[in-house]
Amino acid sequence: MGGAYTPGLRVCPGTIVRKERKLPLRGQVVVSVGDSVNSDTVVARTEIPGVIQTLKIAEMLGLEPAEAVAAMTVKQGDKVEAGQVVARSKSFFGLFTSECKAPYTGTVELVSRATGHLGIRMPSRPVEVDAYIDGVVTDVLDDEGVVVETYGALIQGIFGVGGERSGRLCVAVDSPGDVLTEDLLTEKHGQHVVVGGSGVTLGALRKAASLGIKGIVVGAVVDVDLIEYLGHDIGVAITGQEDIVTTVILTEGFGRLQMANRTFRLLKSLDGHKVSINGATQIRAGVIRPEIIAPLEFVEHTDEDTGVSSLEVGTDIRVIRDPYFGALGKVTKLPPELVEIESGAIVRVLEAKLEDGREVTVPRANVEIIEG
Amino acid sequence: MVEINTILATDCGSTTTKAILIEKKDGEYRLVVRGEAPTTVEAPFDDVTVGVVNAVREVEELAGRRILDETGRIIVPTASEGVGVDMYLSTSSAGGGLQMTVAGVVRAMSAESAERAALGAGAIIIDVIAVDDGRKDFEKVRRIRDLRPDMILVSGGTDGGTVKHLVELSEMLLSADPKPRLGVGLRLPVIYAGNKDARQPVTEILGDRVDLRIVDNLRPTLDRENLGPAREAIHELFLQHVMQQAPGYAKLSDWVSSGIMSTPNAVGQIIQTVAQQMKINVLAADIGGATTDVFSVFGGVYNRTVSANLGMSYSICNVLAEAGISNISRWIPFEVDEAALRNSLRNKMVRPTTIPQTIRELRIEQAVSREALRLAFEHHKTLARSLKGVQSQRTIGEIMEQMETGHTLVDMLSLDMIVGSGGVLSHAPRRAEAAYMMLDAYQPEGVTMLAVDSIFMMPQLGVLSTILPEAASQVFERDCLIKLGSVIAPVGKAREGEPACTLVIRGETITVPYGEVKLIPMEEGESHEAIVRPSRKLDLGAGKGTELVTQVEGGVVGLVIDCRGRPLELPNDARARMSRLRDWYAAFGLEVE
Repeated sequence: MGGAYTPGLRVCPGTIVRKERKLPLRGQVVVSVGDSVNSDTVVARTEIPGVIQTLKIAEMLGLEPAEAVAAMTVKQGDKVEAGQVVARSKSFFGLFTSECKAPYTGTVELVSRATGHLGIRMPSRPVEVDAYIDGVVTDVLDDEGVVVETYGALIQGIFGVGGERSGRLCVAVDSPGDVLTEDLLTEKHGQHVVVGGSGVTLGALRKAASLGIKGIVVGAVVDVDLIEYLGHDIGVAITGQEDIVTTVILTEGFGRLQMANRTFRLLKSLDGHKVSINGATQIRAGVIRPEIIAPLEFVEHTDEDTGVSSLEVGTDIRVIRDPYFGALGKVTKLPPELVEIESGAIVRVLEAKLEDGREVTVPRANVEIIEG
Repeated sequence: MVEINTILATDCGSTTTKAILIEKKDGEYRLVVRGEAPTTVEAPFDDVTVGVVNAVREVEELAGRRILDETGRIIVPTASEGVGVDMYLSTSSAGGGLQMTVAGVVRAMSAESAERAALGAGAIIIDVIAVDDGRKDFEKVRRIRDLRPDMILVSGGTDGGTVKHLVELSEMLLSADPKPRLGVGLRLPVIYAGNKDARQPVTEILGDRVDLRIVDNLRPTLDRENLGPAREAIHELFLQHVMQQAPGYAKLSDWVSSGIMSTPNAVGQIIQTVAQQMKINVLAADIGGATTDVFSVFGGVYNRTVSANLGMSYSICNVLAEAGISNISRWIPFEVDEAALRNSLRNKMVRPTTIPQTIRELRIEQAVSREALRLAFEHHKTLARSLKGVQSQRTIGEIMEQMETGHTLVDMLSLDMIVGSGGVLSHAPRRAEAAYMMLDAYQPEGVTMLAVDSIFMMPQLGVLSTILPEAASQVFERDCLIKLGSVIAPVGKAREGEPACTLVIRGETITVPYGEVKLIPMEEGESHEAIVRPSRKLDLGAGKGTELVTQVEGGVVGLVIDCRGRPLELPNDARARMSRLRDWYAAFGLEVE
């Protein structure tokens, strides 16, 4: 494969961001094209049908299935209230009456002659989708949702946990190499999205949750600290549904890794701005990376780049695997032939000059392009 | 039929699309070239054919043959000499593959048979629902609703048996009102393969709500499975429903000369063909980034399992979670800091396409692969088993061994060949590394041939075997299968250092002490009769201490005599363990770090 390298993550100070906001089922779109929306504006809603709760009438009344159906006082399509009698039988020459009552309100949807069961579908549950970002509705997807567009900064992380949140951004460290510790977090950070440097301690994660901090953006986290914070292990990288107060976004990876300078500089320039963040990550069929979006005053139209950047001499890269993990540099040579590396594998490589002056050869698969 | 001389076949994997070109030369089908490109089912492309065209373009360049027309469409049939191909076939596992939920009445009987049917058809099982699975009805309903499978297979009841439970299962589906994963507004395909007496009530309940297909009962009697009709229905629905909804597949379906096959289904096909033609018991594993598939044919019975979350990149942290850090570390021949190891595995998970640059990194990945292969094999053994609930006449031996119905069909002593596939095995920098990984993970017993799929082309050959079995077999034997060599491994334990096994071969006598591995150079294609004598505590299949006369074959690695004992036990003390590992690496001629 000629281009066997990992396309980098986007760190962009100004771009058009489009977000599809879709319902899980068909429903009603409540905004129109051209409407201005805030992150919490509801754009579409639907009702998810309730589940059917089965009443085993035959067993409850001690009847055969056909007798149970005859004993039912309701029929398919009837609405029933909680406590309403739905089946009644008489025994011992009509002296004793047994009844079954509906334990909940709903609609009769199933009367089974084979089992003597009665199925009551519980009321629907409303579901709403909000705009997630401040912007303008540019498209309506019939009965499904909308596309919201904004101009702003977009930063993609490498991994995250926790879902969509929004709040004001606050940089709590001085440099991208600083670890975000407990003592750096105070009451004033509540409801904010807080930016750290090379890592965050377990104590800081816990304190952030107790302060109601919406999100934490850092370079890295030690694996066991994140597991401890979540309360469970992460087996497969499909996240976003965790039941946690504070969404966590990592820009570099696991361990202690300095946040890339350009990412840190951009976040610092956004200090005080409202941002929308999402920790959802899926590193498999349909890659989803966590993101930080800061809607900004429109400066100049920079259309969102949908192409894939290519690796060339002079391209800024970051090495993403040992022995040079995390190092930044510039491509100096792209040998076309396959080269044997230390492990013995024969692969496509590139030569690069790292920021610390070292000149190294690394597999193309082990670098990412720093995009902007 | 028109003579087929040029065949193009692609496999659209979740990350890479691989294309191979096969040509008939001097009456024999051979692999000509192979090309690959990233799969393009995701944004910004959202069209699988873009990746196919890119991979085919690489084939064009390497083979010097024009295959694509000006519009980027594959030219089939051959237009003129050197332009186009006679046949184009494809397999696919892109977009998450075929995801299914199966349901049955009894977990260990009909639900398990349904699971085997679906796995054999190339599906990933996302849940198994049974009347007796211990979950409350509402929990099952919620689960069915949340999972959004591509299709559901319902089974249960022998013909003439229970109807009530099947009606209950159908009511549960009705209650959940499940929606398919792909295609908003479409009805979910449901295959009913249960008691034929329950077809009518099941149709009454579900007929209007889902896309219901009725096929023959997959377990018509307790002692018989009839998985064929259900598997065919799954395959047909996969083509009609899932493939049509996936991005670009309608176009790809139009290009191929025969239906697109799911990748694991195709691999299963080629494994069965090989077992049948060579009359052997085979075990094959395909270890990918996200999943590990295991296939076996024992006594003509085919089984496939998929461990959906055991893999070398996307799922590497699930291997860590399931195996535990100590089980991974036990295969690493040098000291490694536990926290650093955990963080490095996480970093591989978030950047799945990276590769080990140093020997040290390679050894760590190969340690993980041993555990992924082992865990997937354990999973396979639990599902590849005889039918539960069957009253069978048992021999005295079976009664003495308390062998139950439902015992695993995987018998290591009767296993003839293990085929490894997937990046970590097929692309191991040295073939001896692949042999050593398989040896530790599977611990073959007796005499077994180890092999690898050279460049992972079993899927393409699998789909080809359904149309041109002869071509598939020829390419498989000559270009796909790389024999690493026979392994002789006595079962049992003995005292460290005492003679474990004596081998007389090519007029030479070789004795290997217990606890050691010996590699004897023997070229690929070489085959010799060997007299193997295990020590009195060890067994090679003929009984403890009993001599075995057998045929052994060479390979690109050679003949391996593994006298480390079965089951293989590593020293508890870390230093002693690392020292043993270093000895074994040295026996294979491999560096440690």
